[in-house]
Amino acid sequence: MSFRKLSLGLAVATMIGGTVLPAAAQDSIYVPLFTYRTGPFAGSGTHIADGMHDYLEMLNQRDGGIGGVKLVLEECETGYDTKKGVECYESVKGKNPVIVNPWSTGITLPLIPRASVDKIPILSMAYGLSASARGDIFPWVFNPPATYWDGLSMIVKYIGEKEGGLDKLKGKKIGFLHLDASFGKEPIPLLQELSKELGFEVALYPVAAQDMQNQSSQWLSARRDRPDYMIMWGWGSMNGAAVKEAVRSGYPMDKFYSVWWPGEDDARAGGAGAKGFKMLNWHAVGTNFPALQDIQKHVVDKGLSKAQKDKVGELLYNRGVYNSLLIAEGIATAQKLTGKKAVTGEDVRRGMENIKLDPARLKELGLEGFTDQLVLSCSDHNGHRPAFMQEWDGTKWVKISNPIEPMTDRVKSQLDAAAKDYAEKNAGWPKRTEACDKAS
Amino acid sequence: MDILYKVFIEPFVFMGEAPDLLLQTLWEGLVSGVLYALIALGFVLIFKASGVFNFAQGIMVVFSALILVGLYEKGVPAFLALILAIGAMLLLAVAVERVVLRPLVNQPDIILFMATFGLTYFLIGLGELIFGGNPKEMITGPLFLPQGTTELEMFGGLVRFQHLDIAAAVIASIMIGLLAVFFSKTRIGRALRAVADSHKAALSVGISLNQIWVIVWFAAGIVALVAGIMWGARSGVSFSLQIIALKALPVLILGGFTSIPGAIIGGLIIGVGEKLGEFYWGPLVGGGIETWLAYVIALLFLLYRPQGLFGEKIIERI
Repeated sequence: MSFRKLSLGLAVATMIGGTVLPAAAQDSIYVPLFTYRTGPFAGSGTHIADGMHDYLEMLNQRDGGIGGVKLVLEECETGYDTKKGVECYESVKGKNPVIVNPWSTGITLPLIPRASVDKIPILSMAYGLSASARGDIFPWVFNPPATYWDGLSMIVKYIGEKEGGLDKLKGKKIGFLHLDASFGKEPIPLLQELSKELGFEVALYPVAAQDMQNQSSQWLSARRDRPDYMIMWGWGSMNGAAVKEAVRSGYPMDKFYSVWWPGEDDARAGGAGAKGFKMLNWHAVGTNFPALQDIQKHVVDKGLSKAQKDKVGELLYNRGVYNSLLIAEGIATAQKLTGKKAVTGEDVRRGMENIKLDPARLKELGLEGFTDQLVLSCSDHNGHRPAFMQEWDGTKWVKISNPIEPMTDRVKSQLDAAAKDYAEKNAGWPKRTEACDKAS
Repeated sequence: MDILYKVFIEPFVFMGEAPDLLLQTLWEGLVSGVLYALIALGFVLIFKASGVFNFAQGIMVVFSALILVGLYEKGVPAFLALILAIGAMLLLAVAVERVVLRPLVNQPDIILFMATFGLTYFLIGLGELIFGGNPKEMITGPLFLPQGTTELEMFGGLVRFQHLDIAAAVIASIMIGLLAVFFSKTRIGRALRAVADSHKAALSVGISLNQIWVIVWFAAGIVALVAGIMWGARSGVSFSLQIIALKALPVLILGGFTSIPGAIIGGLIIGVGEKLGEFYWGPLVGGGIETWLAYVIALLFLLYRPQGLFGEKIIERI
């Protein structure tokens, strides 16, 4: 191929590419969605992706977008692979995204230092780096409504209450079954601190990604160690396989707890024996909310959704909806704050800091009773909201507790120390220069 | 001294103190080993007949199981779905021979190996396109796969035997036996062995290489389907199963790429070795050693027998 032909080809390709770049238009807002509908984590990722997409698409169909500005949605398949996730980020950042959702702690971590440079806020909803809750140190990262450390403290608190008080945990053994990756290891420092403070013993059971469906060793070890409680930090096919193995090995399911990531399919995998399995959650399941019904009407029924109809309203689908609720609220708040319609990443960062999802606002959005209120601020990018415990009754999740507040007194000092440590270890970590809005 | 005690004494003391747990660990290792052996067999079959290391064997396990479950979910009766899944593996074998192997005849082995990489990613994409990425539950009841557990009081403790695991061990053993008979007693089996020994000599006596390749890929497909059913029944059918299939690699290193008994013995050594290692020595380093221990065991064997336990001795004229 001659140089001339090559140049011509490149020029044509650039022109074509330029015309299809979705975010170039001023009358739209570009929202990339990092998803994984393929690979070993697709069992979780697909439903989340559907929920995220469908809520935002519903806003497009029903309201013409947000504030009259159409949302341009584009999925980028990461396969839950950090390398691919970073490639996705690099491929979308030139299109002026207003926010990025990595949907993986592993992908979030390398994006954190880039966010402030590229002026693209990162929403790592209830995952990612717990310490990034500190808005004064991480102005571009948001991880509401609770950090992994909050989640762990809630589970330990709930178990403590079951035992008759936190002091009764002394001498107990808590097993921690976790994906052997950044995500699964994230709460371990806090677990070890709590174990020292409260006097319980910790047994760690790491599960490598390649052995997610081959967990007999971990459950054999649990049989050897006889943990009084088992806490799981799993994702993808690890969760369903763990529930199955727990049933197989005869572990008492009422002592088996998980952070907020298993879905209905994971619990179903254990059959009737999975009854009693518990997990944290902070939002409703089902479609009995006006916004969810609008999704049915404007997206699912019109064939604009990739979701299987029976999965709409299931736990992970609604988790995706919650994620997009935050995105939409960040954009809407940014529009209010700036008076602009087509907001930028910098505007949405301000919007996220001013999110105020109180009961009145949730009702206005058609999500009354869907979730607890959430207020973010300049310094608090998380909210540290309570979650509740729910139990698998063999066919569905049943809420079995009142909201459990995180052990803020114990978590906050750890979190502050971790945030400070992060800034110190990453030489040249920028001091926050972004102004705080009065409201936040 | 403390570390030496923990490595060389304590695990054995614990084995003596809790023989029920030792027996349980051995049983779990044996079951895993049989399943590893079954996956490794698929690799061996193809390698023996064509000298190709079929990287796609892992995804064939997932793909065949997905076809079975996918058809069943669409309302096809379980046994008909099973027959159709077998038929799909035959189609795949024909397609591979026509589209991949035939055009690459006389190419270096590495080219054929790379072609199986391509086949892997093609099957992943095709599987996800047809069946989606969600994990699926394997059919058990309609295929008469037993459920439930037998608990036996032994050595002062309780040893649990899952009926499904027992069935997996029995079915895998039958499968292995049938393959052994097929290879040694049937005409096609002898032809396969002839091809394995020398392509040129086999051709000279009228054996059709193309036919043999179809047969051998089909046999590997059936082995993959059986492995997919058994693993799937244990932990669900999802694309992460293909990663487990890579556990067959240390099995092959250990047993030799061309030996059926090698695949069986190698599978059992790896299965039992990794479970014992994880259970008794894993806690010393925080657990999670199972992932790499199998490769260490295989490497240790390689140092002494590069051709594997039962592999053909490598003799080359210099």
